[in-house]
Amino acid sequence: MPRRDPTTPTGARSVLESMWTIRRFEEGLEELFTRGLLHGTMHLSIGQEAVAEGTCAALEDGDLITSTHRGHGHTLAHGADPMLMMAELLMKDTGYCRGRGGSMHIADVARGNLGANGIVAGSMTIAAGAALTQKLTGSGAVVVCFFGDGAANEGSFHEALNLSGVWDLPVVWLCENNQYGMSMSQDQSTAGGSVSGRASAYGMPGLVADGNDVTDVWSKVAEAADRARSGAGPTLVEAITYRYRGHSKSDRNLYRTADEIEDWRNLRDPLARFEGQAVEAGLLQPSDVDAAREAAKAAIRDAIAEAYRQPDATAHDLEEAAYA
Amino acid sequence: MPETSTYAKAVAAALRLLLEKDERVFLAGEDIGVYGGAFGVTDGLLGEFGADRIRDTPISEDAIAGLAVGASITGLRPVVEMQFSDFIVNAMDAIVNQAAKLHFMYGGNVEVPMVIRAPGGGGTGAAAQHSQSLEAWFAHVPGLKVVLPATVQDAHDLLLAAVLDPNPVIVLEHKLLYKSEGELEVRSRIEDTPARLGEAKVLRPGTDLTMVGYSMMTIRSLEAAEVLAEEGISAEVIDLRSVRPLDISTVRNSVRKTGRLLVTHEAPGPVGVAAEVLAGVVESDAFDYLLAPARRVCGLDVPMPYARDLERAVIPQSEQLVDAARELMKA
Repeated sequence: MPRRDPTTPTGARSVLESMWTIRRFEEGLEELFTRGLLHGTMHLSIGQEAVAEGTCAALEDGDLITSTHRGHGHTLAHGADPMLMMAELLMKDTGYCRGRGGSMHIADVARGNLGANGIVAGSMTIAAGAALTQKLTGSGAVVVCFFGDGAANEGSFHEALNLSGVWDLPVVWLCENNQYGMSMSQDQSTAGGSVSGRASAYGMPGLVADGNDVTDVWSKVAEAADRARSGAGPTLVEAITYRYRGHSKSDRNLYRTADEIEDWRNLRDPLARFEGQAVEAGLLQPSDVDAAREAAKAAIRDAIAEAYRQPDATAHDLEEAAYA
Repeated sequence: MPETSTYAKAVAAALRLLLEKDERVFLAGEDIGVYGGAFGVTDGLLGEFGADRIRDTPISEDAIAGLAVGASITGLRPVVEMQFSDFIVNAMDAIVNQAAKLHFMYGGNVEVPMVIRAPGGGGTGAAAQHSQSLEAWFAHVPGLKVVLPATVQDAHDLLLAAVLDPNPVIVLEHKLLYKSEGELEVRSRIEDTPARLGEAKVLRPGTDLTMVGYSMMTIRSLEAAEVLAEEGISAEVIDLRSVRPLDISTVRNSVRKTGRLLVTHEAPGPVGVAAEVLAGVVESDAFDYLLAPARRVCGLDVPMPYARDLERAVIPQSEQLVDAARELMKA
């Protein structure tokens, strides 16, 4: 999708609707899960929508992303069809992965999404390789690699950042720091105290963004993407945010307080903040805000209804599916 | 016109052809540029093709394998080198969880046409961390293909076939074979390779006994067959060439003819490729043709030791194959 600038009226409208689409999509999933209609587990990014949307809105047509286990937001923000995502989660043959991947493994290569990954830091060296392709072919495209704060303590993080630094690869390392790797807080897990601070060790700028402010994420990623596109190499952007829901469906939230969650939800919610900012700046009218909310709600309602009608995934060709 | 070449030069000629004919191909690995590779396979390629396509990497095996995944799903044809196959263990996530899985778990949305070349096997006095034969690890993973050329021509042809394949392929070259000599016909186009992954080859026809191996043990099987012939025992030698896909039908056909089966590899026996070959025979009617219990001759079930005599005691030698064949013939 073309770059969508949240500081313009058209961009603001698009960005707001996209964030609401992500939230409604995941709330819809929660409801389906509660009703026992989904299989397995899922990792929700409710509260983190500004990171996904602010990042993807800063990209140009042809730019690529890799995503994580908590990837519904990235995938939607990069242009995926919510119906095909719902179909995948509802175990339909027409879902993105034909029922073989589920929540954690949605790829939409045609739209530049190289795929969500269930291994923490698993996509980081892949993103480096995809960026090498852009460099060698001179495509002018940029790769954004989403990863969490927990991934910064995996060996792959260090190998991938180092490689991108010595080869000046056109990649943006986008750390979506929601402050907990499952139950372990960043304070306990991360020596040196920040992920962005590690950028200097690999010869690249490290930027910090307010991950609940979509405009701030957008401007930092736009700066990093422009830098990569110009041939100047990679940038590490650390977007500080917070997940409202548990790590997955088994989470009892024993490692944090209800007050902490409520504090983030009530004072720093990325959707409420952007609505307030955009109206105050005169970019959107209150009626635009209502329209964006309604459009997102309708889109997800229709996506779920349409996904239900899709044919179920079948096992008949599974044995031929492991190899191309 | 065929010429005499070493196995290492046959690999190099394949790499050169790939780089010349397919602009999507690039090489990456540790010390493959100026140094020419730890075993000299990529010697000179940097000067011919430049640093963009002959890419020296940091000592980061996970990144080497991962970048091959990322480059291949975005349209390139990476051929990466792991300096020793033992080092692949540092890259298992990229290979097992990523390369092998993406095509399947993304519902066929991507293809992962990457090749990893790595020298494996023992006999060089390099001890436990530079001598392993890890093919069974990879062969256990759906989504991967695992190729082990034994001959000079196959070192060339199977590598070309691996790059033509739209799946991740691991090519394990044997360190002791790099200097071996044989006839080589250098292909003029990549697609001229007659090799097909998953096609075994009968290298020596015989009637009394079927010997199945791959890589260095194919060569030892041929040596043993020569000795056995002098004793009037006619051994058929099958080179598996790839262990995934595994061409079990060629083995079954041979067993139906000979009635005796000896399977060998350098890797330890338990849960190894030879066990899979035996299972493939006993699960078919070929079992009915067996005149004697089938046998395995495998590496000792220990890490590779350093001292020459100890190392020799761990790796099957042709004399052991001859002894095992004689035993089989008594039954």
